[in-house]
Amino acid sequence: MKLIFERSREGLRCATIRPLEVSPYEFEKSYVRKDLDLPEVAEVDLARHYTELSHNAFGVDSGFYPLGSCTMKYNPKLNEEIAALPGFAKVHPLQEPSTVQGNMHLMYDLAVSLMELTGMDGMTLQPCAGAHGEFTGLLLIAAYLEARDGKKCKRNKVLVPDTAHGTNPASAVMAGFEVINVKSNAEKGVDLDDLRAKVGPDTAALMLTNPTTLGLFEKNILEIEKIVHDAGGLLYYDGANLNAIMGVVRPGDMGFDVVHLNLHKTFSTPHGGGGPGSGPVGCKQQLVEFLPDPSIIADKKGRFHFVRPKHSIGKVSTFYGNFSVMVKALAYIKTLGRDGLKESAEHAVLNANYMKARLQDIYTAETNRLCMHEFVIDLQKLKNETGVSAKDVAKAMIDRGMHPPTMYFPHIPGVIDEALMIEPTETENKQTLDEAIAVLRELHDMAYSDPQYLKDAPHNMPISRPDEVLAARQPIVKYKA
Amino acid sequence: MSNYLSITQKETEEMFDAIGISKCADLYADIPLSIKNKPPFNIEKGKSHQQVMDEMAAYAEENTVFKTIMRGAGAYDHYIPSVVKYLSSRSEFLTAYTPYQAELSQGILQSIFEFQTMICSLTGMEVANASVYDGSSAAAEAAFMCVEKDRRVILVPSNVKPQVVQTINTYLRRRNITVKVLGEEEGFVKNGKVDIAALERALNDETACVYFEQPNYFGLIEDAEHICEAVHSKGCKVIMGCNPMTLALLKSPGECGADIAVGDAQPFGLNIAFGGPYLGFMATHTDKETMRRMPGRIVGETKDDKGRRCFVLTLQGREQHIRREKALSNICSNQAHCALVASMYLAAMGKQGLRDVALSCTSLAHYAAQEFTKKGKTTLKFNGEYFHEFVTVSPLKATKIVEKCAKMGILAGLPIGKNEILWCFTEKVRKEDIDRVAALFN
Amino acid sequence: MSKLMFTRTHEWVKIDGSTATIGLSDHAQHELGDLVFINLPAEGDAITAGESFCDVESVKAVSDVMAPVSGKVVKVNEELESAPESINNDPMGSWICEVEVSSVPDDLMDEAQYAEFIK
Repeated sequence: MKLIFERSREGLRCATIRPLEVSPYEFEKSYVRKDLDLPEVAEVDLARHYTELSHNAFGVDSGFYPLGSCTMKYNPKLNEEIAALPGFAKVHPLQEPSTVQGNMHLMYDLAVSLMELTGMDGMTLQPCAGAHGEFTGLLLIAAYLEARDGKKCKRNKVLVPDTAHGTNPASAVMAGFEVINVKSNAEKGVDLDDLRAKVGPDTAALMLTNPTTLGLFEKNILEIEKIVHDAGGLLYYDGANLNAIMGVVRPGDMGFDVVHLNLHKTFSTPHGGGGPGSGPVGCKQQLVEFLPDPSIIADKKGRFHFVRPKHSIGKVSTFYGNFSVMVKALAYIKTLGRDGLKESAEHAVLNANYMKARLQDIYTAETNRLCMHEFVIDLQKLKNETGVSAKDVAKAMIDRGMHPPTMYFPHIPGVIDEALMIEPTETENKQTLDEAIAVLRELHDMAYSDPQYLKDAPHNMPISRPDEVLAARQPIVKYKA
Repeated sequence: MSNYLSITQKETEEMFDAIGISKCADLYADIPLSIKNKPPFNIEKGKSHQQVMDEMAAYAEENTVFKTIMRGAGAYDHYIPSVVKYLSSRSEFLTAYTPYQAELSQGILQSIFEFQTMICSLTGMEVANASVYDGSSAAAEAAFMCVEKDRRVILVPSNVKPQVVQTINTYLRRRNITVKVLGEEEGFVKNGKVDIAALERALNDETACVYFEQPNYFGLIEDAEHICEAVHSKGCKVIMGCNPMTLALLKSPGECGADIAVGDAQPFGLNIAFGGPYLGFMATHTDKETMRRMPGRIVGETKDDKGRRCFVLTLQGREQHIRREKALSNICSNQAHCALVASMYLAAMGKQGLRDVALSCTSLAHYAAQEFTKKGKTTLKFNGEYFHEFVTVSPLKATKIVEKCAKMGILAGLPIGKNEILWCFTEKVRKEDIDRVAALFN
Repeated sequence: MSKLMFTRTHEWVKIDGSTATIGLSDHAQHELGDLVFINLPAEGDAITAGESFCDVESVKAVSDVMAPVSGKVVKVNEELESAPESINNDPMGSWICEVEVSSVPDDLMDEAQYAEFIK
């Protein structure tokens, strides 16, 4: 594929604006830059270019996308159209509040719905992604603990399971904490003995996903809650896996104090090739006064106001967060309603269990229990016997018109080294699941009959496997003519 | 009432059989009864698509959509070409995830590579990342990039966007880093601009970096080259926060000598959309050390095993999914789709078009300033050169002007004092609207 | 006469009087795969036997390098910065740093013991 710069021809124009209605202003020379190099293309060139790029991209609309922990469910078109309404898209963030009551009302309603779903007492919509939410939630915890325990507060450690997403420990460090890893038990849940050994007067919080990274419901959650709270720490809920349980059980009822959600996972907003997301953070009553600035409150007359919470941690982004994403998420919640949300969660779990049931005779599933919305298969045995790795199987799936599952996560060296994490989501139909099952079974056979074919996969894409070592050793990160 | 499932009752039952359960509730046997299905969720029942459209449109209708916007202060209302709207909404772009699987994501990867290249051209830098959340988080992340073991003070003049400095504070406060905001009282900001001599005095060997904006919050053009020179002379780093639209005409951060360029690329094709999603960008030099401290995704060019050019996410060892607690940033999801829109916008406008837009903005602003101050009752607060934003001081109360403009369908500038307004003009503003507002002043 | 020893975490160390040179074993580079980056220690860093003093990156992993001995870093092989691949190509020749030794743990292995250990 040509780069847009390689399509450029001097003098071509695409979009144009109205002629200047006033006399042109000329800056003094000392302000003016040297030549600026940007592409010069006609509209048809631009359309062809990006259409070609789109043909070399793969979205949920293109096919099965069982990317574990990313919840690649269908993204409703209705929500896109709603978010593009001028009343949302063409409104300035610093307009007088009296002129943006609709948006404030919308944000208020979304926050309330999310509080209902998570069992929280307060909610901020300001964080722009899951990791941003984690960081915000941990700052809330830090501020709360300092206020509770006074300046002498020595709670500077955040406990993180060794199976956690990398964002958890990275966020903890960004929020000024030290990370203590907690070991996993045989089912890759929290090892209670290790947890007991590691909590103490220096514990600020335990970060947890439930369902766990292995796609299992953490059965010991109430005991974990007691261990952490008894030690004076708080419980942080990473909402990466909420899709399995929304409408079924609430993090707040499990004992979590702070929750972040991913509107781009659970609430159907598109991932856009990596973003924008939205990572609202909910909290229990005692943390509400620390929420980011501003919060929205409603008065008795039904007017909405921006307020700075009493002991706010401050701002985490420029304005109010990724507003358009919020619009889409609220439209989703309204469409599904309380029953539809629960039904979606149930089908997410059903689909995962169905795939697992039809694969676990040949692929090593990490557990015999019923899983939640996703499950992990460990290809170590296959690799030992055939030399075919998780990556090889994943790449071969590409040839069959599917996006591969998440590879090599979770990764606990020496324990799980060849993981594929499969999350079908609720919006896939049974035919798609059956097809994917058939493909995975066929690839398993092929690993024994023709391993080289898998090692060379994909075969039908415009490129074969890229040389990532070359890319990292000699970085070329921009185009040079 | 509505759902996005694609399954029949019969299929559901077949799946139950395959798993060995009889109803969905069986799937949740692991959840303790004491917490399951506990409260009735106070969320309404589901609705039809049509009802949802009606209800959502009702929120939108509660807002005022101004025909003309003369307000900026961090959100800029520019013309968005149709071709950008259409092409960017293609579902292969919109519904894809982060391009971890390079073989079926070349389109996304290449679009990011093109974005990085365009950001480098604009900023005069050598390497840009695939985006961060917004201009504020870009500034905060950049400040952290500059921190060293014994250089832990960030200096920020008070004439930057208040949201940015607040965000930097939130980001860095708990990391044993001091953010010092210096203003007029300290003599650091004079006549709306950074005072170079005061800046030199404020720097010492504990200063990690200086963050300043070009143009600054008041729209004024700083003496960026001398700021960079002064900061470098004390061994500190400079982060230049830019409105990238101004870079169509004004000297780039690279030319001025900045170490890191950041900003919000929302002006490039993104709706003002009540504050987001916007597009934080970051660019810097290619020395290995600086590049490795850069947060977020970076796309690199490489070859496949047949020698064909292709693109991959690279230098991933910096990132949280590999480096975990040792990562310098936690960023994972970014604003990729916004970056796609911005690069489409830049390609659609092109070399000449972008200059036309920038020239229109600054020309309209200078015309407006001249008209607003014609009778001498209203004056400009600062006398320095500006781009497309400026501050007026007027005997009329700022809120009064805002009200009067609103009646004409115009969103006036942002009141930043009892009698002070921060105006912004883009190519969307008509001369006749400027004249109508000028009549209020004269 | 210098003495070549190995750790259980696959670093090699050549001790010559009070100076030690440290690198990664052939086994280590093989397990790590193609290295793309090394986070070198700085001259003057105090290092402690058994603790991480440096890390190396392959495309998809970052691994700590553990100090075989305790002491102070006196010289760093800056060339590795731009050519981490030399660890893959010549692990025994690619030293990471030189250390002024303060103490040597007693569980280091000699070449024969290490060969046995990695079997």
